[in-house]
Amino acid sequence: MSLPITLTVNGVPQRIVLDDPRVTLLDLLRERLDLTGTKKGCDRGQCGACTILVDGRRVNSCLALAISHDGAEITTIEGLARDGELHPVQAAFIAHDAFQCGFCTPGQIMSAVGLIAEGQAGTDPERVREGMSGNLCRCAAYRGITEAVIEAQETMGQAGRQEAA
Amino acid sequence: MNRFDYVRPASIAEAIAAAAEPGSAYLASGTNLLDLMKGNVVRPARLVDLNHLPGLDGIELLPDGGARIGARVRNADLAYHPEFSRRFPAVAEALLSGASAQLRNAATVGGNLLQRTCCAYFYDPASACNKRDPGAGCDARGGENRLHAVLGWSERCIATHPSDFCVPLAAFGAVVEIEGQFGRREVPLEEFHLLPGETPERESVLAPGELVVALRLPAEAAGFAAHARYVKLRERTSYAFAVVSAAAGLRLENGVIAEARLALGGVAAKPWRARAAEAALAGARPDAASFRRAAEAALAEAAPSGDNAFKIELARRVAARALLLAAAGTPERLPALPASAFAPVPGASLHG
Repeated sequence: MSLPITLTVNGVPQRIVLDDPRVTLLDLLRERLDLTGTKKGCDRGQCGACTILVDGRRVNSCLALAISHDGAEITTIEGLARDGELHPVQAAFIAHDAFQCGFCTPGQIMSAVGLIAEGQAGTDPERVREGMSGNLCRCAAYRGITEAVIEAQETMGQAGRQEAA
Repeated sequence: MNRFDYVRPASIAEAIAAAAEPGSAYLASGTNLLDLMKGNVVRPARLVDLNHLPGLDGIELLPDGGARIGARVRNADLAYHPEFSRRFPAVAEALLSGASAQLRNAATVGGNLLQRTCCAYFYDPASACNKRDPGAGCDARGGENRLHAVLGWSERCIATHPSDFCVPLAAFGAVVEIEGQFGRREVPLEEFHLLPGETPERESVLAPGELVVALRLPAEAAGFAAHARYVKLRERTSYAFAVVSAAAGLRLENGVIAEARLALGGVAAKPWRARAAEAALAGARPDAASFRRAAEAALAEAAPSGDNAFKIELARRVAARALLLAAAGTPERLPALPASAFAPVPGASLHG
């Protein structure tokens, strides 16, 4: 069975022919497009390591069939930096030591970008922790992660205001 | 995951015809279905993809005060819809207490109704399960069953329905709109899910090919907006299924309860509307004694299905807590931890 789809991945339109409808977005990114920044942790939607943005919303790419996302716009960790400059969430994760082994970090960062775009948590640490509960960190860098998300939110808010001014 | 045929229908009629074939399953976001397929718990021969069908993703706020929600509306979009959550705050609170932000961004309203039980024996193909394999037996009986059902269970099956969303839907009289080969019909949510009885593999009233197209909340449900809460006790603070939960709504007139709504989650194979408790509250004062009496009425027929007798008292306390919180008034903004059982109860102690 030959199943053609189109996806825009980190701004680049891609035409992909799937030979099997079972391929998830996670496996497509890692195995077909060589974008291995997105990690496969549990592969069952429980750990959040595979978090990506689909049409601007954070989702678990392990529980998304590529075939049913024909036409979608995908952003992965590889698509965040602009012109060699880290995204504010990436910079904040480094500044706050928000990781140890780093395996969950791409998923944490993509989830944080999604959370900030949703605009529901603000800078309330409890709302940030609740909003990030779909991302597990076995090294337990949660404190740094929460601080990084709050700082990135503040940085991005200021940048937004400057652009608007 | 088994191999399957993939069908992308162009219309609801095409989808229904395709899904009526034996071995077919509808694919919405797939957050539950793909998980089950990866575990070889379900093995559909054909997936009928609903993701490109028009007309299933609207949130309509009806002029009479009710709402109509398309089956493919994402959980997060419904919960964060300002006017929807103003009219139906307990529904929004229940949605936001379920799963994770990533799953809520993907999972749909229709899929939430049809999600399968979180019973570990159902999820494990090496265990006997009458729901997965009719007639095979039930390893949950006599197994690790402290989280299993205390109401409406049978010798064949003691699994619970895992949804949070469905609990306030049952309390507030939601109606499910269904389309099938022989036309359209409507079923109250309270009657949509089936108790296990002799046929635990039959979980809803849907016939083969029938598709949930929308949900409706009636106008009178919005009458509880000032006093509506959801409380969910779980084994960790966030991202866990309910051990027990309760949705409560009160309509207060001159300091007494004109009308009450109460439904329980995590206790049965369906969201459990507690009509006897509601009747006990009509005309009563909204105080701890009334709520305790109502909670006792709600669990009057409960019986342990294993090592879970503790859930009966826990469900009474969570029901009474939800009613107390509802009486105190719906908060202006949903709390940081939606439906937390550890939120302070105005004018009452946390325990007891």
